[in-house]
Amino acid sequence: MSATDAALAARDPYHVGHAGESQARGHGAGGPASKRIVVGYGFWLFLLSDIVIFSCLFASYTVLAQATAGGPSGKQIFDLKRVALETACLLASSFFCGTASIAVARRSQLWTQVALIATGLLGLAFLFLEASEFAALHAAGDGPRRSAFLTGFFTLVGCHGLHVSVGLLWLGTMMAQLFAKGFRADIRRRFLCFTMFWHFLDIIWVAIFSLVYLVGTKL
Amino acid sequence: MTLFGKLSWSAIPFNQPIPLVAAAIVLVVILGVLVWVTLKGWVPYLWKEWITSVDHKHIGVMYCLLGLVMLLRGFIDALMMRSQQALAFHAPGYLPPEHYDQIFSAHGTIMILFAAMPLIIGLMNFVVPLQLGVRDVAFPTLNSVSFWLTATGALLVNVSLVVGEFSRVGWLPFPPLSELRYSPGVGVDYYLWAVQISGVGTLLTGINFVTTILKTRTYGMTYLRMPIFCWTALAACMLIIAAFPVLTATLAMLTLDRYLGFHFFTNMAGGNAMMFTNLIWAWGHPEVYILVLPSFGVFSEVISTFSSKPLFGYRSMVIATLFICLVSFCVWLHHFFTMGAGGDVNAAFGIATSIIAVGTGVKMYNWLFTMYGGRIRYETPMLWALGFLITFITGGMTGVMLAVPPADFLLHNSMFLVAHFHHVIMAGVIFAVMAGIAYWFPKAFGFRLDEGWGKATFWFAFVGFYVTFMPLYVLGFLGMTRRLQHYDVAEWRPWILAAMVGVLILLCSAICQVMQLVVSIRHREALRDLTGDPWDGRSLEWATPSPPPAFNFAHLPHVDNLEAYWNVKQRARDEQTLGRAAPYEDIEMPRNSPTGFVCAFFATFIGFALIWHIWWLMILGLAGAYATFVVFAWRDVPEYVIPAEEVARSDRANRAIRQEALLGGRTS
Repeated sequence: MSATDAALAARDPYHVGHAGESQARGHGAGGPASKRIVVGYGFWLFLLSDIVIFSCLFASYTVLAQATAGGPSGKQIFDLKRVALETACLLASSFFCGTASIAVARRSQLWTQVALIATGLLGLAFLFLEASEFAALHAAGDGPRRSAFLTGFFTLVGCHGLHVSVGLLWLGTMMAQLFAKGFRADIRRRFLCFTMFWHFLDIIWVAIFSLVYLVGTKL
Repeated sequence: MTLFGKLSWSAIPFNQPIPLVAAAIVLVVILGVLVWVTLKGWVPYLWKEWITSVDHKHIGVMYCLLGLVMLLRGFIDALMMRSQQALAFHAPGYLPPEHYDQIFSAHGTIMILFAAMPLIIGLMNFVVPLQLGVRDVAFPTLNSVSFWLTATGALLVNVSLVVGEFSRVGWLPFPPLSELRYSPGVGVDYYLWAVQISGVGTLLTGINFVTTILKTRTYGMTYLRMPIFCWTALAACMLIIAAFPVLTATLAMLTLDRYLGFHFFTNMAGGNAMMFTNLIWAWGHPEVYILVLPSFGVFSEVISTFSSKPLFGYRSMVIATLFICLVSFCVWLHHFFTMGAGGDVNAAFGIATSIIAVGTGVKMYNWLFTMYGGRIRYETPMLWALGFLITFITGGMTGVMLAVPPADFLLHNSMFLVAHFHHVIMAGVIFAVMAGIAYWFPKAFGFRLDEGWGKATFWFAFVGFYVTFMPLYVLGFLGMTRRLQHYDVAEWRPWILAAMVGVLILLCSAICQVMQLVVSIRHREALRDLTGDPWDGRSLEWATPSPPPAFNFAHLPHVDNLEAYWNVKQRARDEQTLGRAAPYEDIEMPRNSPTGFVCAFFATFIGFALIWHIWWLMILGLAGAYATFVVFAWRDVPEYVIPAEEVARSDRANRAIRQEALLGGRTS
């Protein structure tokens, strides 16, 4: 038992964790956290704020879901087969994004780029499916101006699609940067943020899939 | 589809002399300053040290400057509103309704979002890293982006003075009035994009400071050793992260309604206008606490320092702060009890609103007990704090009155409400900002502010506040609703004239404030703060020289007590030595970057293009913003090194001063 451990035990004899003197960096007494922790933590906070934006959109969609104003309801327009395909694309792309993190950890430029291309292509496929759904609805006269329900639907799902598009732009930039700059510490931190963002899009999609499409086809 | 969208020469109000003259004066002043700065050869200095600076101290000062300028702008709006009402008894006054409506909308928007917010965030920027014993915030370049995006928002609001018009629908754009059908002009669009762009800046600040406070504190700075201002800043920034996205989402929905014909809040196709009211106040109420919690932090620091005592009940202060932080999300419905949500819902929110006053009550007692038995020094910051204590209590009480739903049904939208929120925001936030500026000014610039003019500013503000706003309570009871452009009720007249007198007293206060700055700058050599610790302070910012070097601390301090610097001073006096200085090392600091400024440059064009539907300019602006980020991301050398010798030189000078001040020059 080291001296600090002994001191800790004296202050906190029953190990209830209220000694408040953790020596780990970034916790209590240990001084500033490492850059990787600071950047990751900040990006987590950003994702939380983004989740708040989505929660507002979910709330407004839910409020407006019954306000079809004589237009179609979710049951009439949702195609679960297409949605299943979209989900598969997005989850698979997240898998490849995870593979890319392993490749980065092993400093393999080739596998990093391959995995990121796969991530991007699946993301594009998802976007294509979503765009075709939107285009079909629009062509049938069931665009966002038709009813408050469709307004809420297009905004919520479209906002997620917009995030995927921005993610793809970031992905391309990230690939170019990994290629040009290699696995420098700051580039790896940025890549960490990118992977967090990409997985976060999945979390939102799971909520959309459940709340909009699954519930929507039942009601 | 034209080249300049909806923009044409008719957008410039040639037929309205007031905005045109005002705009001309502003333009002449701006041009004059630009020419003066260029002739003096200060442009490279300004570019290097301020515009591209990522130093939290410089960004904090720029935030405060922006806030003060916009405070003045908002105050001019207030003068116009008060004088219009003073004149418009059985008469049209001098402001036509469509102009008067823009003025009260601009007044609220500017005062909350572009005066109070930048001032509070400016104080946080300057003070929090110094108090935590660190060298900068977690993300310094992002900090610069935040500031410049806020400045973009302020710029767009001011552009609306000349090009087009500002919103006429109040400081919050309630639909259906704010929908395209009833507000077809660009006013609401100016509001939307100005607030949206500056809101992004505020959100980034929130993220930056929560990360800074939770992850980068110096050695030994455990949670319960953080100065109370850091706690309140943490609470406010957590509220920013949770609340500002709600604002972004809500305004985005209204924007979609206006631009693409969506039906979130329209009267048609199932839209729900009350959803906007709910959403906007889910941001709006926490926003009040985003402003007032750091203000409480300022007062805590000031009262403790000028009473020469530790803060009474530090832990209860922390608990009260976090209690308010949490409960502030559970009271939003009290802004619209009259919506008709039913007795149960109104009762729940009324009770929650009354309960939130308990947290503030705890703080009040803590401040009183901090002063009790202390040796109180009545300098300017302390005067503001005392003025706050007296005034805020009654302001809080009128808030509790409004929290009672049956009473609120009578007081809703009346001048009583206007009096109440000015009561708490002016006494709470503006007094705090004034106290904070007077308190930390010597730290920022190395010289004190003139006490005489400072005290005059306080007394005019204190008296002016009562003379202006107490009559508004009476007017509320007499049944006067807010936002009246003219009226013909004889009983109101004397009270409105009294308020007019009050606002003129406030004008004297504003003049004194400007005079204080001018006089202090002219006499700066006599007012020089040589010790770096002019008020006998208790927290770490007073351990640095005034102004602090770019790296703040030569060594990251080791903290072992709540009042970090006070204990250092005590120990030095007890042991008659400062202790040996540790060896000096090179310090890496973030390099300056024009990213924030360039970003805001493009954001301004994006905002302007969206307001006027100039789509090519918007696309160009977005491409420019993306290019800026890529250029920034591609940089290879993010930091520069301050050599150990330079650190040593700065620190030895500081130690010599401390030696002189604490030990009377005896060598150890």
